[in-house]
Amino acid sequence: MAESYIGAPIRRREDIRFITGAGTYVDDIKLPHMVHAAILRSPHAHARILSIDTKRAEALPGVVSVFTLEDIGELDATVPIRMYKIPGLDKYLQPSLARDMVRYVGEPVAVAVAESRYLAEDALDAIDVDYEILQEVMDVREALEDKVLVHEHNGTNLAGVHHVSIGDADKAFAEADYTRREEFRVHRFTGNPMETRGAVAHFDRGKGELRVYGATKLPHLNRQTIAAFLQLPEHKCHFEENDVGGGFGIRGELYPEDFLIPFASVRLGLPVKWIEDRREHLLAANHSRQVTCELEIAARKDGTLLALRAQIYGDMGAYVRTHGGLVPCSTAALLTGPYRIPNYEAKIHCIMTNKTGLGTLRAPGRVESCFYRERMLDMMARDLDLDPVELRKKNLVTPEEIPYEIGFTRPSSHPTILDSGDYASALRQALERFQYDEMLELQGLRDDGRYHGVGLSYFVKNTGGLEPYEGARMVVGEGGGVSVYLSIAQLGQGHETAMAQICADALCVPMDAISVFHGNTDLSPFGWGTFASRGTVMAGNAVHLTALQLKDKILEAAARHLDVDAANLSLEDGNIVQTGTEAPALPLGELVAHMRESITPEQGVPELEATAYYNSNNITHTYGVHLAHVAVDPETGMLEVLKYLVVEDVGRVVNPLMVHGQTVGAAVQGIGGVVLEELVYGEGGQLLTTTFLDYLLPTSTDVPPIDDLVLEEAPSPYNPLGVKGAGEGGIVGTAGALGNAVSNALGIEVKDLPLSPDRIRAWLRAREDG
Amino acid sequence: MSTKSILNLTVNGKAYEKLVEVRMTLADFLRNELDLTGTHLGCEHGVCGACTVIMNGEAVRSCLLLAVQAEGATLETVEGLADGDQLHPLQAAFQDRHALQCGFCTPGFLMTASAFLKENPQPTDAEIRQAISGNICRCTGYQPIIEAIAQAAPEVGGSPPPRHSRESGNP
Repeated sequence: MAESYIGAPIRRREDIRFITGAGTYVDDIKLPHMVHAAILRSPHAHARILSIDTKRAEALPGVVSVFTLEDIGELDATVPIRMYKIPGLDKYLQPSLARDMVRYVGEPVAVAVAESRYLAEDALDAIDVDYEILQEVMDVREALEDKVLVHEHNGTNLAGVHHVSIGDADKAFAEADYTRREEFRVHRFTGNPMETRGAVAHFDRGKGELRVYGATKLPHLNRQTIAAFLQLPEHKCHFEENDVGGGFGIRGELYPEDFLIPFASVRLGLPVKWIEDRREHLLAANHSRQVTCELEIAARKDGTLLALRAQIYGDMGAYVRTHGGLVPCSTAALLTGPYRIPNYEAKIHCIMTNKTGLGTLRAPGRVESCFYRERMLDMMARDLDLDPVELRKKNLVTPEEIPYEIGFTRPSSHPTILDSGDYASALRQALERFQYDEMLELQGLRDDGRYHGVGLSYFVKNTGGLEPYEGARMVVGEGGGVSVYLSIAQLGQGHETAMAQICADALCVPMDAISVFHGNTDLSPFGWGTFASRGTVMAGNAVHLTALQLKDKILEAAARHLDVDAANLSLEDGNIVQTGTEAPALPLGELVAHMRESITPEQGVPELEATAYYNSNNITHTYGVHLAHVAVDPETGMLEVLKYLVVEDVGRVVNPLMVHGQTVGAAVQGIGGVVLEELVYGEGGQLLTTTFLDYLLPTSTDVPPIDDLVLEEAPSPYNPLGVKGAGEGGIVGTAGALGNAVSNALGIEVKDLPLSPDRIRAWLRAREDG
Repeated sequence: MSTKSILNLTVNGKAYEKLVEVRMTLADFLRNELDLTGTHLGCEHGVCGACTVIMNGEAVRSCLLLAVQAEGATLETVEGLADGDQLHPLQAAFQDRHALQCGFCTPGFLMTASAFLKENPQPTDAEIRQAISGNICRCTGYQPIIEAIAQAAPEVGGSPPPRHSRESGNP
């Protein structure tokens, strides 16, 4: 095959096992003598634990063990912060089981282990906990008053603050023709992968080894943490991810349960399984979004942007978890978007409340900041009587200005630099494809009795980078088969296919000869994880670099075998060819067979193997445009999305089928989050949305077909493949585009989400009341 | 408190007789007693559709049924869709249209679609959209699933009518 595998719409090889029911997800793991854990969770948002009595539960038939924090004893550990370690946040960490206090509904209090999941859940009902209920605090403004303290001993609910300061915003505001100040709010929702969390831990007492199934996203980091907790050597802990039913930020982070299940296995010497149910998932796994922003904009009369100033408030919940201050800080990180805004100041507040901890959800902070900025630009366009598209065009960073350094927008030693792009080109193509001008004609009250509106948002999204490296090991085996061992995990994306495409091109072997293995800490001693659209950037380039090294080794070995100069050899479609001669090609498999049989000590090892890491802190940036056409029924407040377009430049496409899938899927997830989903807390800090009857996910009839246009106009100069990743572009602009579309439809200014019928009705009533 | 009952049923053409806890759900029975782990549990309260199986020709949620309610029933699960190595047209179309990513909801969609196409062999896209509206997918955005079902419809529609007569008189 002379054609490139990269760029071809190759069907996914992982699909066969999934469509035949032969995938192996964590709940499909069954081990001999395996027992089942269930977790008792706090029914109160804020309470002191006076006593826990497990005797009744332990006496039940089939119950193997019940344990509390007291039993964990000196091993007691907290969920560590892995990124965005804003000073102060480390005083708000979550213990594996509640320590004297519970601070949110759903906090783990005790663990029951029994012969079946049914019996373990029965046992939870027989654990007697005496609580002294305390006043809860659920709102960030109220929390900032410090009247009710989530962590009393810390004396404040303001856990951490971070400043961003670029240029001189105050001066720009003082001199500006135009300023406006608004408060925007994004609600609380979460990723909800279809597979809930789960783990099977098996401690082999004889070997002193721990095997944990169900790890994903960050298996190496999680192994490191759990090994330290259990005081086991890291290399004796084997973390395996199996197949994973979706990630979206929430899945695979370290949670209290990740301590508890391995601990139970070590304690009992039995394999222990825990599978979260959906109610637990909604109560206990990371929540996301819920960032409020007071945003100020300064500009010249002609629409030239001068400055942004922002006060950002993140509702962190009761404990700071693995992501640290990521969600509110990432809101600040790209608040200036693709625009030339020389002066920018932001103050980010991380505030504790009696809710579930905050973590990431696909494009965390970036969905929020795109909403704030793009809404503000539309408001400004109205104020200054400017066309909103022209306003954006005027301020887009130009190709000549790129690489464009925005400055230090994150708590990191690396400045944010827009690496490559033709932003105006993407906008032009988006408007054309959407037939924007024609669509504008549809705005207003139409014959169907509904108000129609069109909305636009422009985004940039950082991808790759963040953690420095990923690695790949590659070995040629019998028959010229190539094994690729990845350090990175997969949560449903399609690495087994995409990485084989990248390997096939660089190594010059047929893709069918390549097998990709991943998701086992034994395959690679070090690795980071699958998040921030970094898989293709980091692991893809690791595979590319490894394949190039391996190819050199193969040609050197072939040169020895054939007694020719390696410079005269090349690999073509799995055969070693002597260039410029009529000599017959040497199939790679024959070289392997020869080396296996007749390698001499002087020639070294028999295997053809290479290992390489792609190591880069350079962050790549995709960019693009979302356009939405919506209709709102004024009677019911129901919003229908009629047409939706996502345009994203991903630098270089490895597999267009999968990029299309990521884009469309992300857009639907985004629309769901903006329109339907909300984690609602009620009286006493009770979470009211604990089933899919209350927490509405988008279904097939809630969304239109999504149109997408994937561009490759601006490969990243930062990595050999020029790729930028493609997991989040489909979601980043959803809140911005839909917020603008509804505002345009109804002649109101949407400032908070979700765009639910009750809220839309309230806005309409407010408009009617004048 | 052990309350067990003998259960006879046929799954994917194979007859079983098993002693089961009366409180065990059909989904748990299929997964844990018969090792048919292709049927997945996404919500365990009947909303997400991941656990959909075909019982006496009708798509049902195996998380909302007790195993004992399937006494005498004929069930089909995702493991029974392919004919040996020959993929069912729906399975082939799902791969062809990239109608799955993580694959967790996929068995439920396949079983829903399989029952639907037997009822409605020539559906419009709107009818397909309606038919799968009780199944949740978090990855694909549904569009490729609709395309896959439409693509498979002519082949599935050409197959013989349902082998099993229904117990109830529902349309």
